[in-house]
Amino acid sequence: MKKLIDTLQVIDNKRLNKEFFVLLLQSDKQLPEILPGQFVQVKVEGSPRTFLRRPISVYDVDYSQQSISLLIKIAGDGTRQLSKLIPGEKLNIIYPLGNSFSKPSDNRLLLIGGGTGVAPLLFLGKYLRKQYNIVPEFLLGYRSKDLAIELEKFEEIGKTYITTEDGSLGHKGFVIHHPILFDEKKEINMIYTCGPEVMMKEVAKYANNKNIACEVSLENLMGCGIGACLCCVVDTIDNGNVNTCTEGPIFNTKQLKWQI
Amino acid sequence: MADLITNISKLKLKNPVMTASGTFGFGTEYSDFIDLSKLGGIVVKGITPKPRQGNPYPRMVETASGMLNAVGLQNKGVDYFIEHIYPEISQYNTEIVVNINGGSIEEYCEVASKINNLDKVNAIELNISCPNVKQGGMLFGIHCPSAIAVTKAVRDVYNKTLIVKLSPNVTNIVEFAKAVEDNGADAVSLINTLLGMAINSRTRRPSLSTVTGGLSGPAIKPVALRMVWQVHKAVKIPVIGMGGIMNATDAIEFILAGASAIQIGTANFINPAITVEIVEGINDYLEQNKFKSISDLVGALEC
Repeated sequence: MKKLIDTLQVIDNKRLNKEFFVLLLQSDKQLPEILPGQFVQVKVEGSPRTFLRRPISVYDVDYSQQSISLLIKIAGDGTRQLSKLIPGEKLNIIYPLGNSFSKPSDNRLLLIGGGTGVAPLLFLGKYLRKQYNIVPEFLLGYRSKDLAIELEKFEEIGKTYITTEDGSLGHKGFVIHHPILFDEKKEINMIYTCGPEVMMKEVAKYANNKNIACEVSLENLMGCGIGACLCCVVDTIDNGNVNTCTEGPIFNTKQLKWQI
Repeated sequence: MADLITNISKLKLKNPVMTASGTFGFGTEYSDFIDLSKLGGIVVKGITPKPRQGNPYPRMVETASGMLNAVGLQNKGVDYFIEHIYPEISQYNTEIVVNINGGSIEEYCEVASKINNLDKVNAIELNISCPNVKQGGMLFGIHCPSAIAVTKAVRDVYNKTLIVKLSPNVTNIVEFAKAVEDNGADAVSLINTLLGMAINSRTRRPSLSTVTGGLSGPAIKPVALRMVWQVHKAVKIPVIGMGGIMNATDAIEFILAGASAIQIGTANFINPAITVEIVEGINDYLEQNKFKSISDLVGALEC
C-alpha cells in the first residue's frame, strides 16, 4: 500500500468535552484504501515544541466525501494546537500507515476500548459490519460520564457496554471489571483492544487466561512513522525489537513479550 | 540546470544531497515519497559485525526544535546486510555509502573489509561518534589516539573512499579532523548527534531508557555550522556537513561554511520528501545567484 503525503482541509472541528475533539478532514484527491487500525502522521505547525509529527488513529473514513475523521485527546502542546484548528485551515498528513486489525475467524467479537483508544474500534466496528457482515460488541471504559463520547455511533454498530471509574454511567470500575467478562453464557472468540497500556495488559491477561485471541493497538512514541528511525520498537518473541509503526501498531498479544 | 556534481575524493555524487545514517533506513522506506535516483547518495543505517537489538524502549523523546534518540545501532549485522539488503539497494541509481561500526578496532576492520568487496558501494562512513552504544562508537571519536588508530587500521583494509564521521562531543573538533586526515581519511562528515538528556518531571525518571541520548534537529544547527566552518578551514579533504538541515537555505549555509556535500537526517522524519526538495532548492539558488557550479559555492562565505 503506497504511503502518501497530503494536505487536507479542515471541514469541521467538533469539541466533544473538555478533553476530546474530532477533526473532519477532506482531501481534494480520491482517498487511498485505509484499513481499521491504521494511523496518520499529523504535522503540527507553529511551535518549536511540536517538532515531530503526531501519530493518530483513524476514527472514521468516508470515501464518497474523500474525508477522514480523527478523534483526538488533548494531551500536550501538539494536540492542543490541533484542537484550535478551524474549518478552512489545512493539515498536512502522511497516510495510511501501519498494519491493520486482522480478519476475524469467528463472529463473536468484543472490541474493548478505553479513552481515546475507542477511536480505531469505531472504524473497525463499521468495517466488520460492512466487509464481513459481523455485528461486534463494544466494551468501552471512561473515567466519567462527561468523557464518554459519541456513544450513539458505537450503539448503531453493535451492543455497547460501558464502564466508568466513578460509576456515573454504566458499570462502576474499569473495563476489566464489567460483568459480561464473567458471564459464563457469553461466548467471546476474539478481542480487539485499544487504550492505555495498563488497560490493554489487563485485557491481554484476561484473554490469555480464557484462551481467547487478542489483538492490541500500541501507542509507542514514534519518530518517523514509516519504519526508518527505529525509535518506536516493541520487543517481540519471534523477532526481538520490531517497529510499532510498520510491523504494528496492531499486534497479537502472543507475539509480545508482555509480562502478563 | 546548474552543475551539481560533487566529488568527495573518488566518490562522485550527482548532487551534494545525501541522507544521514540512521534516518533513512536503507532507502526503501522512502521510495513511496521520492525518486531515490534523484539523491546524491544514501548513507544507510549503521552496520555492525553481529546483529544488535539496540537499546530498550523508550529510545526517543521530542525536545524543543529537535529530538533525542538512543536507538543503539539496532541492525541485523554485516552478513545479513550483504546477503539480503545489498542485492536490492545496489539497484538504486544513486551512490550507496555504508555506515560502519564496531566495538573494537578488529570489529570495525571486519565490517570494512567485507564491505570493500561490494562492487556497488564506493564509500564507507566510519562511525566513531555514535553516542548510544556502551562499547566502541563515540569512545573512539572523543579520544584522539583511538580515532587515529581506528582510522589507520580501517584504511589498511579498505581501498575506496573512506569518510570518517566525527563527534561534536569534544573540546576541539579540528584536532580530530586533522588527525584522521593525516591517517588516511578521504573525507570527514560532521556532526553526529550532541550528547544530551531529558527528564520527565511527572514520573521523576529520565525520558530515555539509557538516560542520555543524541540530540539532533534544528536545535543543533548553529553548533554544526560552526564546526563545519572550523574544520573546513583546517583540512584539505572534503567536508560533509550535517546537523539540523531542514530546507535548502540551511543546506546552502553549510555549503557556504565549507561543506562539499550535506546530509539530511531528522528532517526526513517530518517531511519524507525533503531531500529531493532540497536538491531542487539548491539548484534554484545557484541559478538565481548566477553560479554555474555547486563547487563555486563551497566555502564561499565572505568574512
